[in-house]
Amino acid sequence: MSADVLPVPLVAAGSAYRAAGFTDCLRSEWTKARTVPSTLWSLVAAAVLGVGLGALISALSAHQYATGTLRTRVLWDPTSISTAGLSIAQLAIGVLGVLLITSEYSTGAIRSSLAAVPRRGRVLAAKGVVIVALSFVVAVAITFAAFFLGQALISGDAPTAALSQPHVLRALVGCALYGSLIGLLGLALGTLLRHAAGAVTVLVALLYVLPGIALALPAYIGQNVEKFWPNQAGQQVTTVVRAAHTLPPWTGFGVFCLFVAIVIAAAFYALNRRDA
Amino acid sequence: MPAPSGGQSIQARHLTKQYGATRAVDDLSFDVSPGLVTGFIGPNGSGKTTTMRLILGLDAPTHGEVTIGGKRYRDLPAPLREVGALIDAKAVHPSRSAYHYLLGLAQSNGIAPARVDEVLGLVGMDAVASRRVGGFSLGMNQRLGIAAALLGDPPVLMFDEPLNGLDPEGIVWIRQLMRTLASEGRTVFVSSHLMNEMAVTADHLIVIGQGRLLRNEGVNEFVESSTRHRVLVRSPRLDQLTIELTRAGAQVRPGIEDSIEVTGMDSEAVGELAAARGLTLHELATQRASLEDAFMDLTRDSVEYRASRAAA
Repeated sequence: MSADVLPVPLVAAGSAYRAAGFTDCLRSEWTKARTVPSTLWSLVAAAVLGVGLGALISALSAHQYATGTLRTRVLWDPTSISTAGLSIAQLAIGVLGVLLITSEYSTGAIRSSLAAVPRRGRVLAAKGVVIVALSFVVAVAITFAAFFLGQALISGDAPTAALSQPHVLRALVGCALYGSLIGLLGLALGTLLRHAAGAVTVLVALLYVLPGIALALPAYIGQNVEKFWPNQAGQQVTTVVRAAHTLPPWTGFGVFCLFVAIVIAAAFYALNRRDA
Repeated sequence: MPAPSGGQSIQARHLTKQYGATRAVDDLSFDVSPGLVTGFIGPNGSGKTTTMRLILGLDAPTHGEVTIGGKRYRDLPAPLREVGALIDAKAVHPSRSAYHYLLGLAQSNGIAPARVDEVLGLVGMDAVASRRVGGFSLGMNQRLGIAAALLGDPPVLMFDEPLNGLDPEGIVWIRQLMRTLASEGRTVFVSSHLMNEMAVTADHLIVIGQGRLLRNEGVNEFVESSTRHRVLVRSPRLDQLTIELTRAGAQVRPGIEDSIEVTGMDSEAVGELAAARGLTLHELATQRASLEDAFMDLTRDSVEYRASRAAA
């Protein structure tokens, strides 16, 4: 074995090298994201849930339109029916964001990451770019696949949507934007809580449990909670037909952006302050 | 000490780290010089790993500071090119391959991917480069961690307990690697709780106990000053003998069964004292304390968890 030791190059003390920058960190984070199987599985789960559930709901909803009340028909939104699977697929995207950082905490690999890049904000920013890009691309693919498949499956007298109709393209792009922010939210929660189970629990509570509880509140309070609850507000950008007691699409999305920005800012603060 | 030009030293000044009520590192000041293997020794829980984490900027010191070549770690423009560290060999995502683990690290510091293959060859892991890290033995993980430390060809290297989990062949390999790295003018800082191992590998020793600096000296000086001779005495008149020996300035400790251990006086002096007082001796023997014993003596008061306490 001793022969292996000898070729160690002589110390290049004082020799010039390029200072590492954000692009280097980004390249590294992309390598880390693509070389663990959990990334692929989260994205496959998101795609199957998003497209599959969308197709199922679309196929069943035509009957609902035929037998529904006037209210059902007025609020009939074939775009958001076809993309309804995203409300479950978002969880898989959020979990991917959570795992991107908590897997480093659970294995201890965060220490070699932060020793390699002691400017910790850079690490989190690079992870953020990776998760936003990854979840945006996947959410675009899911959304458009679910939309076209869904429109084909809505049968009978029920009206279908087309890209040329007003607000439809905006709603579809909105789905993808919403999805990528969910990924970023997962990353921020994972950074704050450092444990996958805890971060996913908070994510589920934010996305599903707390809005559900709001429905049980007296109408006046419940409607306001529903209106301003971050991800409920954020979802307004994903629909064509605007329901009562909701914010306008981009206003709602702005509320959600603001919320995610606050959580990610807290994550930056915590990562910089805490011992690794 | 002649430091090769361009070498970088680690300088700790009044380094202190408090975790709640525990002071893990207590006012540590030391220099780690280039061209030497510096052993960092202390019992488990004495603050070795915490000190290394403070050097790497992973934990923030409560007081004091530590610099590498005059700079704080977080101000290094590409840290892996200045400091290579093995802190926890198991701290790698188990589903990732050895190659991709190293590639991710290399990219973060702008190190060419070709260097990844190079260090994998250096630690003898080219054949398992594409295997998942999760299937590795602790010894293989140690080698991977050393490959990661060597990635940036850094002038400063730190290894935290690199011998853990290694087979005899691996131990010899690491020992030679550390010597080679130091002979190239690099700063090599290696922690261990095994005194004997450090005695053969290190040039210089920094000994700590309960976070405090106990010794900071060359290995030879340490051996010289620490290897105290003990005299084992058995006698039917131990009580009387103990009083006489203590009066004459020796330290006396009860030994095994009906014996005492005398330090601070050689066997000739003990024998003559006993004869002068007319005390019968049944046994009189000089015992050379091993380096491990010296280390245990030195750190005895600072060991946090002692076996006797567990037994009580």
